[in-house]
Amino acid sequence: MAEITGDPGRAIPPAEVEDIELPHPHSWWTKYVFSQDAKVIALQYAGTASAIGLVALILSWLMRLQLAFPGALPFIDADAYYQFITMHGMIMVIYLITAIFLGGFGNYLIPLMLGARDMVFPYVNMLSYWTYLLAVLILAASFFAPGGPTGAGWTLYPPQAILDNTPGQEAGLVMMLVSLIVFVIGFTMGGLNYVVTVLQGRTRGMTLMRMPLTVWGIFIATVMAMLAFPSLFVACVMLLFDKLLGTSFFMPSLVEMGTQLNYGGGSPILFQHLFWFFGHPEVYIVALPAFGIVSDLISTHARKNIFGYRMMVWAIVAIGALSFLVWAHHMYVSGMNPYFGFLFATTTLIIAIPTAIKVYNWVLTLWRGDIHFTPPMLFALGFIVTFLNGGLTGLFLGNVVVDVPLSETLFVVAHFHMVMGVAPILVIFGAIYQWYPKATGRMLDDTMARIHFWVTFVGAYLIFFPMHYLGLLGVPRRYFELGDMSFVTPSVHDLNIFITIVAWIVGAVQLLFIFNIFWSLRHGKPSGPNPWRATTLEWQTPQTPPAHGNWGKDLPVVYRWAYDYSVPGAPEDFIPQNQPGQFGAEAHRR
Amino acid sequence: MTVTIAFLAILAAIAFAWLARQRLFARPWLEQGILDEGTATPRPDMTPKVGLGLLLAVIGSLFALFIGAYVIRADSLDWRPVPVPPVIWFNTALLVLASICLEWALDASRRDRSPIARRALLLATAFGLAFLVGQLLAWQQLSESGYFVAGNPSNSFFYLLTGLHGLHIIGGLVALSIVTRRAYASVASGKLALNVELCATYWLFLLFVWVALLALLSGGAAQFIDLCRQLFT
Repeated sequence: MAEITGDPGRAIPPAEVEDIELPHPHSWWTKYVFSQDAKVIALQYAGTASAIGLVALILSWLMRLQLAFPGALPFIDADAYYQFITMHGMIMVIYLITAIFLGGFGNYLIPLMLGARDMVFPYVNMLSYWTYLLAVLILAASFFAPGGPTGAGWTLYPPQAILDNTPGQEAGLVMMLVSLIVFVIGFTMGGLNYVVTVLQGRTRGMTLMRMPLTVWGIFIATVMAMLAFPSLFVACVMLLFDKLLGTSFFMPSLVEMGTQLNYGGGSPILFQHLFWFFGHPEVYIVALPAFGIVSDLISTHARKNIFGYRMMVWAIVAIGALSFLVWAHHMYVSGMNPYFGFLFATTTLIIAIPTAIKVYNWVLTLWRGDIHFTPPMLFALGFIVTFLNGGLTGLFLGNVVVDVPLSETLFVVAHFHMVMGVAPILVIFGAIYQWYPKATGRMLDDTMARIHFWVTFVGAYLIFFPMHYLGLLGVPRRYFELGDMSFVTPSVHDLNIFITIVAWIVGAVQLLFIFNIFWSLRHGKPSGPNPWRATTLEWQTPQTPPAHGNWGKDLPVVYRWAYDYSVPGAPEDFIPQNQPGQFGAEAHRR
Repeated sequence: MTVTIAFLAILAAIAFAWLARQRLFARPWLEQGILDEGTATPRPDMTPKVGLGLLLAVIGSLFALFIGAYVIRADSLDWRPVPVPPVIWFNTALLVLASICLEWALDASRRDRSPIARRALLLATAFGLAFLVGQLLAWQQLSESGYFVAGNPSNSFFYLLTGLHGLHIIGGLVALSIVTRRAYASVASGKLALNVELCATYWLFLLFVWVALLALLSGGAAQFIDLCRQLFT
């Protein structure tokens, strides 16, 4: 807490809230494995997500090798390539990014930032993690299933997902669907905790409009996920019925290899509607926590209050609501009514407004700030640029007439990797550099962090910028080798090799990051309780890392918003949220 | 997807009504010290109810999505409506009775009359179980008359929706049996009343869902859907 001179203000007794009974651990097992402490659950979530994420990283390496040097690795045939694509996409989008933002950072930061002792339903919270782990294990096991994992593409579109010549269409597909269903159940249990803790677990003085934007982002993203994931659940259950019981929810009547199949009348478009009714909100489910975290990183490391806090909150809420009305822009090429496409193009472009407001506010927060280029700040700045770039190509693809020719090309791959892959992952890295000291009491090594940032950031651009160009040339996505086509010039092949080499380097530098995490556990500089001199409550805990229950005898009381940086007249350039007293213009007025 | 959007619109309206009372127009950068939060203060005693409300919103959107899918799929040429087995109506009565018993148990536990509450809870459990048995009977009757799950999309939806509703009933039965055991273990009456209230709310919600599903499956909702379709196309 800052040393205060002058009027310390009247301290107010802590919340007269009946202290919740915490299920304190009695053994090593209940402390580190079957723990009901949100912080331990957060680390379990993050660890599991990172482990399965590494699998997806290796898959992307293999795919890049195949694209640059077709046939170099004999075990990558067309089937294997499609299986890699499918698993890479599914793991990255759902099992890594969603899980680490909500299960990882949500669990760690919500109770700490709100001044709560823990989540409101700790037991359900623990179940959530174990259900998630089960989903990951089922998914990982499908690599070893007969026929291998499904190769239906991460969208799992029927009828092709079910048909015989799709790789992994027996056990692989079933395990994928079951894993997703289990994931949704597990997520719902966690989501109940995140939302109800925000609604009910806030400490005294912590009004909604005093919450850090990180919490706002995670909160709204969780609400969206709780309403969007049921759509994935419905799609998976019905597809499972089609696969296992021979129903025809999605399967039209068709002839395969000369035989009439037993399906008839089903609607593949219905699956697409259900899938994208989940799939588009999913983009914002990973983007909103990133928006929130970036706002806090920028404000802290520019030593300046966030510009337009209210507008930021409203924009998060508006994006959350609007994102349920844009799903069909993923279906422009499905043969839908052009007027329908026009409607969805309009809503898609409208959502750019609140998003642009956020970008302006970040830039205006930086304006004349005291910017410290710490690793978290570097990643936050990298995010803003990357998200802006990815968002701009989104304006191309949001328009029906532009999307139709580009839809099946690498342009789309480049677009969504920039906006939904690279951008949120930069935030995840930034957030790990930011909160690692709180979780471990030690700083991550700065030199390794800077190498990690610059290679990742520059490398991502070297990978995905040329890919836009390949897309404009018409190079199709999903092809496991290009072969000899007239539009595939030698320069395309050269670019492909270039992209692959960079992808390997960027992948390798992630291993340096993982090394840093383990190395710094022992050798990192001790961080102290508040190394970034930040205002939010998690930095004001009596112990670092915080003990079970987070706070000492009394809960903290919140006297101000989360962004009191560089307030004139204050003794330091930050005022913690639990610091009583009047500062700045308000103090003068009195 | 109109059904789904309509359901989500209702949820959104509730959410915005709540948000509107949260001082979203406050200027937090000017406000230092403790604020008079008024209605915005969280009340920890409401936590279980808020949690249940949220869970019901999720389950509601799950069924709304299934109903949306049903409406889209029912529009195809191969759709042959499945004749609803008569035992379904009997089952519906059982589910209503279970809810009535739970309201009775709630009333008794609030007045601290635990013997009555226990009896009512046991009865509710029995009616709930009987409902499940009745639903299985309906499945048996259907398959005996040759309506198999893969025969027609309408059959598939019947099995799928009743099955999914049944799974939620099983979840409700688990909760109910835990509460019943607590009632016999003489838990403090205030806590018991809360537990019973949560159970009663959940079961009432499942009853509403069931009535909506029944209207859909028995064709009662078909005219309504036709009307909606005419309005929107």
